[in-house]
Amino acid sequence: MNAPADVGYHAMQHARWRWSEIAFWLLALSCAFLFPSRYLIMTEIVRLALFALSLDLILGYAGIVSLGHAAFFGVGAYSAGLLALHGIVTEPVMALVAAGLIAGALGFLTSFLVIRGVDLTRLMVTLGIALLLEALAERFSDITGGTDGLQGIEMQPILGLFAFDMFGKVGFFYSLIVLFLLFLLARRIVHSPFGLSLRAIRNNPLRAAAIGIPVNRRVIAIYTVAAFYAGIAGALFTQTTALASLDVFSFERSADLLLVLVIGGTGYLYGGLIGAVVFRMLQEFFSNLTPQYWQFWIGLVLVVIVLVGRQRLHRWALWAPNLVVRQFSGRKAIIAVSEGDAP
Amino acid sequence: MTSLFTNLFDGVAYGMLLFVLSCGLAVTLGLMNFVNLAHGSFAMAGGYVCAILVNQSGWPFFAALPLAFVASALIGMVLERSLYRHLYNRSHLDQVLFSIGLVFMSVAAVDYIMGSSRIFIKLPAALEGQIDFFGVGIGRYRLMIIVICALLTAALQLVLARTRFGSRLRAAVDDPRAAGGLGINVPQVFAFTFAFGCGLAGLGGALSAEILGLDPYFPLKFMIYFLIVVTVGGSSSITGPFLASLLLGIGDVAGKYYVPKLGPFVIYTIMIVILIWRPNGLFGRTAAR
Repeated sequence: MNAPADVGYHAMQHARWRWSEIAFWLLALSCAFLFPSRYLIMTEIVRLALFALSLDLILGYAGIVSLGHAAFFGVGAYSAGLLALHGIVTEPVMALVAAGLIAGALGFLTSFLVIRGVDLTRLMVTLGIALLLEALAERFSDITGGTDGLQGIEMQPILGLFAFDMFGKVGFFYSLIVLFLLFLLARRIVHSPFGLSLRAIRNNPLRAAAIGIPVNRRVIAIYTVAAFYAGIAGALFTQTTALASLDVFSFERSADLLLVLVIGGTGYLYGGLIGAVVFRMLQEFFSNLTPQYWQFWIGLVLVVIVLVGRQRLHRWALWAPNLVVRQFSGRKAIIAVSEGDAP
Repeated sequence: MTSLFTNLFDGVAYGMLLFVLSCGLAVTLGLMNFVNLAHGSFAMAGGYVCAILVNQSGWPFFAALPLAFVASALIGMVLERSLYRHLYNRSHLDQVLFSIGLVFMSVAAVDYIMGSSRIFIKLPAALEGQIDFFGVGIGRYRLMIIVICALLTAALQLVLARTRFGSRLRAAVDDPRAAGGLGINVPQVFAFTFAFGCGLAGLGGALSAEILGLDPYFPLKFMIYFLIVVTVGGSSSITGPFLASLLLGIGDVAGKYYVPKLGPFVIYTIMIVILIWRPNGLFGRTAAR
């Protein structure tokens, strides 16, 4: 077998759906019927998962550390809010796509700033863009509502059929379907030759450039896609809560997002999803423990994760599931490895 | 015309303060290549130590300032030896996560111990009010800040350029392996420098309570300012961050006075433009190390 065909074969093998993945989504769906009283918090988790998925695309696959990913979330949130408030696009799905596209456009424009410079400059530029947008949103308070946020947003029924109810049931299913569809798209992207080239860039940009991968163009492309995803997550936030306030741009949001992804592990797409569930449960647990000071414990979790080492932690977490899988299938099947942590 | 001079003066005082606050970061981030977002936490610690000593124990302000330095330096020393040094060789992502964790912890801990409202430090009467200097109103407190910070900067420059410790530090930063081979105890030099930088931040925090405001969210609010100073100033010398802080201070004060509507917008835009134009900082070395 010649080399390209070999690579293609392995890529196809890698991209096949595994049982564990199907089980994961069935489990997610069954949550909807198991906990009918917790729709609001589950919607929140789904939203966070989508947002984390978006960061995973650039952090886990292209190796860009961003401290200001909330910028795109915020732009998506305000776009969706303004579109609905002024009756420009009233149908939620259309508004969702429009908000995503606006955020994507911003992502495309700012990606030229991101490809310039290395790690530290990137950190500063991404952080600077988010702060800049926050300052802008505060400044143009006649449009954004300033510190009060956008108020009085009324959402029309989805596709003209399903109206948002006060228990958040429709909102939850809507968010879950959006997450699933975008996940399918992300899965397709990362398993495509394009996704493979991204991983090459993450592992060694210089070498990737040497074998003929147009590094800058690939980074711009994935950054734009990630901004689109983040915009959609932000739009979902506005649509399901009928609210958009300045804190959508806040640094804490970007920092929390990094934590979500770090808990779940980067570079295998499910990291953001699992991380979102764990993070929200941790947050819930800590705020029950000390309502005002839960941030302390979240910080402690971050410090401990880093000190123990992300790779080691994921090995421990995967030990039990892998053991079960091996027992049942009898061969050395590994259900999930966090590739993002490979050197 | 006088308002121009007063603004310039305030801007210089603000810039000097920013320099003292962030020159420790210039060493950790610029020279040791460690992304320490928690630098503001050390500044906050110093500020609160000073506030407790002055307000509750009745110490004189000038006696509390050195203690703010010592307290922050001690905290820095302990954390460096116990936690930070394990992370020098890790990726920037790990360092960012770790230091954000520290920031969250310090914010919540201070909120828990001291409450979330802004703290004021009682100043001695000699520092209040203004001096009239050829028709220009000059705040006494700001004058004191300029004097203290200018002395500190000169001392730092002397230590770095003229003393044995300074040359050891420069050697350790340029090439840790070669410096170690020459018998320089590199970890010790780094630990001492880190602690000293934290101490300076603590002193800056105590001085800044009056001007910047001191509350538990201090590390988050001013994180971007410290980072701007270091990234814009570059890391090749102490002059770069110094000039950058002066520029930032004067720019921020002037921006808030002349175009109050734009707010912090100006500063962020300038920062992004400078970083795009010269990714290694205005005064940095051209080649990335």
